[in-house]
Amino acid sequence: MAETKRMTIREALSQALREEMYRDETVFIMGEEVGVWGGTYAVTRGFYDEFGEKRVRDTPIAEMAIVGAGVGAAMAGLRPVSELMTINFAFLALDAIVNHAAKIHSMFGGQFKVPLTIRTTTGGGRQLGATHSHSPEIIFAHFPGLYVCCPAMADDAYGMIKTAIRNDNPVMVIEHSTLYQTRGEVPLDQDYLVPVGESRIVREGKDVTLVSFSKGVHWCLEAADILAKEGIEAEIVDLRWLRPLDTSKFIESFKKTNRMVVVEEGLPQFGVGAEITARVMEEAFDWMDAPIKRVTAEDVPLPYSREIEQMALPSAEKVVKAVKEVL
Amino acid sequence: MADFKKADLLDMYYDMVLIRRFEERCAQLYQEGKIGGFLHLYIGQEATGVGAVRAIRKEDHIFTAYRDHGIAIARGLDINALMAEMLGKVTGVSKGKGGSMHLASREHNFWGGYAIVGGHLPLAAGVALRARYMEEDFGVLCLMGDGATNIGYFHESLDLSAVWDLPVVWLVENNQYGMGTAVKRASGVEEIVKKAQAYGMKEGPRCDGMDVIATYEAVKEAMEYARKNGPVLMEALTYRFVGHSMGDPERYRTKDEVRQYSEEDPIGKFGAYIKSKKKGTDAELAELDQKAAEAIEAAVQFAEESPDPTFESLFEDVYVD
Repeated sequence: MAETKRMTIREALSQALREEMYRDETVFIMGEEVGVWGGTYAVTRGFYDEFGEKRVRDTPIAEMAIVGAGVGAAMAGLRPVSELMTINFAFLALDAIVNHAAKIHSMFGGQFKVPLTIRTTTGGGRQLGATHSHSPEIIFAHFPGLYVCCPAMADDAYGMIKTAIRNDNPVMVIEHSTLYQTRGEVPLDQDYLVPVGESRIVREGKDVTLVSFSKGVHWCLEAADILAKEGIEAEIVDLRWLRPLDTSKFIESFKKTNRMVVVEEGLPQFGVGAEITARVMEEAFDWMDAPIKRVTAEDVPLPYSREIEQMALPSAEKVVKAVKEVL
Repeated sequence: MADFKKADLLDMYYDMVLIRRFEERCAQLYQEGKIGGFLHLYIGQEATGVGAVRAIRKEDHIFTAYRDHGIAIARGLDINALMAEMLGKVTGVSKGKGGSMHLASREHNFWGGYAIVGGHLPLAAGVALRARYMEEDFGVLCLMGDGATNIGYFHESLDLSAVWDLPVVWLVENNQYGMGTAVKRASGVEEIVKKAQAYGMKEGPRCDGMDVIATYEAVKEAMEYARKNGPVLMEALTYRFVGHSMGDPERYRTKDEVRQYSEEDPIGKFGAYIKSKKKGTDAELAELDQKAAEAIEAAVQFAEESPDPTFESLFEDVYVD
């Protein structure tokens, strides 16, 4: 095992990007305010001075072009990191992501590859109102041709950036806007990668399986601490990748605990919970001792006002309540 | 005016005829149910495609929209593999997964036909970025229809190309209708090249897209400028003699209008030009017509005898392994 260093997710992302840019001259960053400003979440602070404007490219506010030009540059053999300031603006780039990044390799019979990384940040809870508080990761996970990962921990943030940049497919790295200050141990290994489509158990337990990703993992960890005090041992599966989706670990866990709660910040309808539940029905129906519960955002546009926004979002308490309903 | 050798002129003539025969044969195959999906024919616009593609170098790159057969043929893609793609065969340029609207060949630096209007524009900018990033001497020819100049992609891509001085020739094939909507009914500016001014971009010419030599010269000059300095927006004024796609009722234009333009057939005009310059005879042109017809028949035979893709192929090339 490599030595580790404790750092924030922001530092882990930044270090991974910096190392990859030193490792490979074809890696460059483009997006709104990535350069002179230093990145709106400060991930690329200092990069502009360190690497220059050729490799840290400020763009106009033009999401279709940020992703579309990234697709073209990737097809031409560069390794762009196209940054979308937040996932809310990814809707503007949806065609470039879905119809181009995800399709070009297949549609032209494998002639072109698109080694593009799209970095963006998701999540609500910051009183930004309905248009700026989405958690729509599932939209991107719907389409074959893309990979989608969502780091919840610092080591994953570090390894996923490197994996995305080195992979020959388009990869979306969807960070969470409230996790940049979250600390964790990161391996001191410049080649630390996160296997594509591999989930992991972040806490072991025998009584119930909690399945989540991104910020949801932290609600689950908090809930597991509360439950532990009451003698309930929750096992937590961090999906890490929404595409490809690793079913093996949560199915295995479910066969042990026979009970499950799926936790996500996104909306309930056709969400991750719906997908995971269907997979359990298909692969482990006979192990089911109680109906699977979902903890999601309320099925409404998120509001501005602090109290009601928090009421609309998942929480550790809501996870605890759901667990008690399945026990 | 460029000094064309006889062989060059006859080659261009042959390409135009080959495109025409390809398109006519495709229309038949479509009616026979052998070609599916949408079929957008290039008949009438051959001079634009052949002139533009001939004007750039092998190391330059090409993007175009869904009316792409003529561009692919002008770029020298294998006619058998093109026809096989039309028929959805595994021997097609895109292994039967692309179809009429998604022809491409990496080895020809032909990056494809794209069917989302305007979707290929930022991709062209991205490929052009490589030239600046790696300090390589190539340019990108990005063709689009007049309709594409009203979509958001156009604005974002042209602006980005201007900000970064990217070597792109944005060539608008103005055939006067976006599907059935006339340019003036869809664009605040009828003279599309004027849109260059909004981006501080070099405003290129509006060349006669029915004249292969005029198009050649205009694109050649634009590409030389683009490689050195940055993007150019230019227009080729052309006309499609057939519907937008098969089954177009053509309510948006009169038969008289189509007849008028058809009398100015770019192939006939070019043939007459060659003869007037004493660079070819009726017999030589007739021989090329015959050669093109034979090549197309051989391509149809190749395509029809080629195997269909298998079920297993569905799962190939979804990701790079």
